[in-house]
Amino acid sequence: MNPRRKKRLTWVAILVVGVSVAVGLMLYAMSQSINLFYTPSDFVEVEEGKQAPVVGQRMRVGGMVVEGSVKRNRDTLEVKFNITDTGPEITVLYQGILPDLFREGQGIVAQGELVEPRVLKASEVLAKHDEEYMPPELAEKMKGIKHVNPNSPEAYTDDGSEQ
Amino acid sequence: MWRWLHPYAKPEATYRLVDRLLPWFAALTIISLAVGMIWGLAFAPADYQQGDSYRIIYIHVPSAIFSMGAYFGMAVMGAIALIWQIKTAEWSIPAIAPVGAAMTAIALFTGAIWGKPMWGTWWVWDARLTSELILLFLYVGVMALYYAFDDQRTGAKAAAILAMVGVVNLPIIHYSVEWWNTLHQGATITKFERPSIATSMLWPLLISLLGFMLLTATLVMMRFKNELLRHELHRPWAQKVLGTAQEAD
Repeated sequence: MNPRRKKRLTWVAILVVGVSVAVGLMLYAMSQSINLFYTPSDFVEVEEGKQAPVVGQRMRVGGMVVEGSVKRNRDTLEVKFNITDTGPEITVLYQGILPDLFREGQGIVAQGELVEPRVLKASEVLAKHDEEYMPPELAEKMKGIKHVNPNSPEAYTDDGSEQ
Repeated sequence: MWRWLHPYAKPEATYRLVDRLLPWFAALTIISLAVGMIWGLAFAPADYQQGDSYRIIYIHVPSAIFSMGAYFGMAVMGAIALIWQIKTAEWSIPAIAPVGAAMTAIALFTGAIWGKPMWGTWWVWDARLTSELILLFLYVGVMALYYAFDDQRTGAKAAAILAMVGVVNLPIIHYSVEWWNTLHQGATITKFERPSIATSMLWPLLISLLGFMLLTATLVMMRFKNELLRHELHRPWAQKVLGTAQEAD
C-alpha cells in the first residue's frame, strides 16, 4: 500500500474509532433514559446517583402480569393487576381495552402516573411478546400451553365473564 | 486478490461483470421471493400466541436485516472510495442508498403494522425502533450529501464519510434489545444460539431472507449499471452499449 493510501486509511480508522467511542460513551451516560420502562425492581434497588420513582411521576413500568392477580370489574372496563420481575410487585389500575396478547404471565408495559408508591394508574397498556415462534401443537407439548383460538367462544369462559 | 479486483476499478469492466450477473440474480430473486413469501404467508403454521399475525415476520425481518446489510455494503464502498479513491466505488453509493432506504422504510412500516395488533401501538420510542429510524435518516443524509455539491467528487467524499461514520449505528440497532429494556423483543435468528423459532416456520424465513438479499442486490446492480453509464456517457464503450440497446428497440 503506498504511503498516501496508508495515511488516508489511518485517518479513516481514527475517524470511525473516534466516533464509535464518542457515541458509546454518550449512550452509556444516557442508558437510564434510553430504557423504555422501569422494572418493579427499580422501585427497591435504586442505583447510586439515580432517583427512585416518586408519587405523581409519569412513567412506564414493565414486567410480567402476576398469575391470579387480574381483577376485572364486571360492569366497566376497569381492570386491576400486579406486575413483577424478580421480587416486588407493582399494582396497575387501568380502564380501557387491553391488547389481545394480554394474559397472566405475559410481559406488559404500562404507562401512566404513579398514584401511590407502588400503584400505577395507567393510561396505556402495551403487551410485550417474546422472540419465540412455534405452532400451537408444539407449544402445547413443550410449554403445556393450551391454545385457545381468540375467536372461538371458549376463549371467554375462564375470565369470569358471562357466556 | 488485489490483482483480481483491480480491473473493476475500470467502469467498463465493472459494467460487463454486473451486466453478466444481473439476469442470474434477477431470476433467483423471483424464485426465492416467490417460494419464501408463499410458503411463509400461506403454508407455514400459525403461531401459538400471535396466530396468523406473526406472518408479517416474513417481510419484516428480511427487510430489517438487509436495511442494515445494505448500509454496511455502502459504508465499505465509502471506505474504498476514500482510501483508494476508486470512482466505481464512489458511484456505488448512490446506487445502494435508495435501495437501503426503501428496505428501512419497509421494515419500519411492517413493524408498525405488526405492533398495532400485538403490542397495542403503532410506534413507541424504544431503542430498537428509534435506532432503526435513525438508520433511515442516515440513508437520507447520505443521499442528500451526495447530491449537495456542484462537484460530484466532493459530494461523493462527503457522503462516503457520513456512510462510514453511520456504521456505528448498526451494532446499536442489533444490540439495542439487549443493552436496554425495550418493547421490541430480542433476536430470534440473528444470534449464536439455536434460533427460537420452530423449524417449520424457520425454513420459509430463511428462504425469504435469501430472497430479500438477492432482491437488494438485484436492485442495487440495476441502479449501479445506470450510474456507470451516466458517468461514462461520453466514452465509446458506453455509447456502444447504449447504441446497441437503441437498435434492439
